[in-house]
Amino acid sequence: MQSVIELAGLGVRFGKRDILKDLTVALAGRTIGLLGPNGAGKSTLIQTLMGFCPITAGSARVFGHDVKRETNKVRELVGYMPENDSFIAHQSAVSFVRMMAELSGLPSDAALERAHEVLYYVGLGEARYRQLGTYSLGMKQLAKLAQALVHGPRLLILDEPTNGLDPAARQRMVRLIREIKESGQMHLLLCSHLLRDVEETCEEVLILKQGRIVHYSNLEEERRANKSFVEIETAGNDAGLAEELSGLGCNCTATGTGRFRMLLPEGFELREIYRVAAARDLQLRRLSHRRDTLEDIFLKAIEDGHGGL
Amino acid sequence: MAVYKRTYKTYSGPRTLPWSRFLILTRFSYTRLFQSKFVMFFISACFFYPVGCLAFIYFSHNVQLLALLSLGDAKLPPVDGKFFFTFCKIQSNLAFLLTALVAPGLISPDLANGAMPLYFSRPFSRTEYALGKITPLALLLSLVTWIPGLILYAAQAGLSGWDWTKQNLWMAEAIFLGLITWVTILSLISLALSAWVKWKLAAGALVLAVFVAGAGFGAAINNVLRTHYGGLISLNQVVYTIWGELFRYDWGGQLSLSQAWFVVIFTSAICLWLLAKRIRPFEVVK
Repeated sequence: MQSVIELAGLGVRFGKRDILKDLTVALAGRTIGLLGPNGAGKSTLIQTLMGFCPITAGSARVFGHDVKRETNKVRELVGYMPENDSFIAHQSAVSFVRMMAELSGLPSDAALERAHEVLYYVGLGEARYRQLGTYSLGMKQLAKLAQALVHGPRLLILDEPTNGLDPAARQRMVRLIREIKESGQMHLLLCSHLLRDVEETCEEVLILKQGRIVHYSNLEEERRANKSFVEIETAGNDAGLAEELSGLGCNCTATGTGRFRMLLPEGFELREIYRVAAARDLQLRRLSHRRDTLEDIFLKAIEDGHGGL
Repeated sequence: MAVYKRTYKTYSGPRTLPWSRFLILTRFSYTRLFQSKFVMFFISACFFYPVGCLAFIYFSHNVQLLALLSLGDAKLPPVDGKFFFTFCKIQSNLAFLLTALVAPGLISPDLANGAMPLYFSRPFSRTEYALGKITPLALLLSLVTWIPGLILYAAQAGLSGWDWTKQNLWMAEAIFLGLITWVTILSLISLALSAWVKWKLAAGALVLAVFVAGAGFGAAINNVLRTHYGGLISLNQVVYTIWGELFRYDWGGQLSLSQAWFVVIFTSAICLWLLAKRIRPFEVVK
C-alpha cells in the first residue's frame, strides 16, 4: 500500500532552534491523528507538509511527491484547514470558496458549482450567501472545511477543526469528519488537542513531543489486540480459580480481592470462563475487555518520552 | 451534480493554466472595488482633466470654431513637452489619491484575517500572489495616467499630421515611460505599506503620509541645511526630475537624473524586500 505521508529523518529548524528532529515514519492509514502537547511541533509538521517551512534535514513525501521539490503537486493533492481564523473579508462564503477553488486550478464555472455543492455538503446551506464576517465561529470552521474540500483533495489536513466549538457544533464537525472518512474518497490527517475527537475518527495516531515522534500506533490494530485482554470480577470463594484458568491456557493474575486480569490465548472461547465459574459456584459480577484508551496511550507516550517505532 | 444533493465527490475535471491564476485575484479585487460608489465616482473624476485636454487639442486645431468663438487671434499654448508634463503632474496626483483609496484594501484585509495560509496551501506562489494584488492597482492607475496620455498624443498626432508625429515621437515614449515609472513606484510603495499595516484605514493614512511627509521633510532639509539633497526623499521631486528630462522641459528641480533613478530603483527594491518579508503563509513569532 502506498504511503500517504512518508517522513525520512525530517528536520526543521527556525533560527537556532530545532523544531522537528529526525522524524521517520510512513503513514498509510485512511485517518491519521496527530497528537502532542503544546509546542510539540504538530503545526510545524503540517506546515512543512504544505511546503510552508523550509526543510533543514531529511525529506517529506506526500503520496510519493517530495514536498520540497514538488510543492505545487503536493498542494494540488492536499486540502488544508488551518487552525486559526482564516478567511477573506467582505466576501460571501460562495465567493470565498469559489475563489479558493479557482486558485486550485478549477475553471470558473466548475469552481462555482463545486463551491455550492461543498458548502451545502458541510451544512452551510442557505447561509452560504452571507458575508463571512457575519459568521459565528462554528460557521467559520465549516467554511474553512469547505474551502479545504472544494478542489477534491486526496489528503485533507485538519488543524484543530473543533477548536472553540460548542458541544453541538463539535458533534457536527466530528460527524462530518467521520462521513468524509467513511466516504473513502480521501485520507485525513487530523491534528487536535481533544483526544476524544481523534479517538472517534482516527485509525492511526502519531504522538509528537519536543519535535520527536514518541509514539506511533494503529488504533484499529490495538483495539483488535486488546480484545484478548479480559478483566473479571467475582463474588464467592475464588481460591484456585486463577490456576484453573491458567490451566486452560490463559495468562491469569489476581489483581485484588475477587478481581482477575487475563490474557486469552488465540481461539479461546469466553464461555469457558463462565463454565469454570459455574462449576465452582462462583458469581461472575463483571467481565470486560480491558482496552487502553487513547488517553492511556497518550499519557504513557508522553511520560516515556522516548518511546519509539 | 445538482446542488440539492448533499453528497461529496472528488473533482477530476480540467484544470486552468498555472501561469494565469494570478488573474483570479485581480478579477476578485475588481469585483469588490467596483462595489464602492465612491471609488467609481473618483475614477470617473480622474477623466475630467484628460477630457478637457482632449477638447483643448480639438479646439486648437479647429480654426473655424476658434473664429466662431472670436479666438482666432488668441495665442493658445502649444501641445508640447510642457503640456504633457503638466498633464502628467495633474494625473499623477489623482493617481496618488486613487492609490491611497484602493491599495490598502488589497493586502491588509488578507493579513488581518489570516488568509495567507489559504492562498499558499494551493498551487499558488508568493510571487503570483503579489502579482495578482499589484495588477488591479497598476491597471487602474494606468487607466488614469499613461493610457489617456497616449490617447491625447494620438489625438494631437491625428490632427497635426505625420510630420508632427515623426518629430514628436519621443513624447509618446516620455508619456509611457514617465507614467509607468510613477505607476510602478506608487503600486509598490502602497502595496508594501498595505502589507505591513493590517488596519486598512491606517494603511491608507500611511500611504498619504509617506508621500506628503516625504515632500515636507525634503523641503525642510533643503531650507535648513541649504542643500538640494532633501529632494531625494521627496518622491514627487524625484519623479518630476525624470519627467523633466523625458519631456525636455526644465521644471526647476535640482536633482540630477542619475540621483532620481537611483532613488526610484532603491525605493522599489526596498518595497519588494518588504513585500517578500511580509507575504508569507505564516508569521514567524520570535
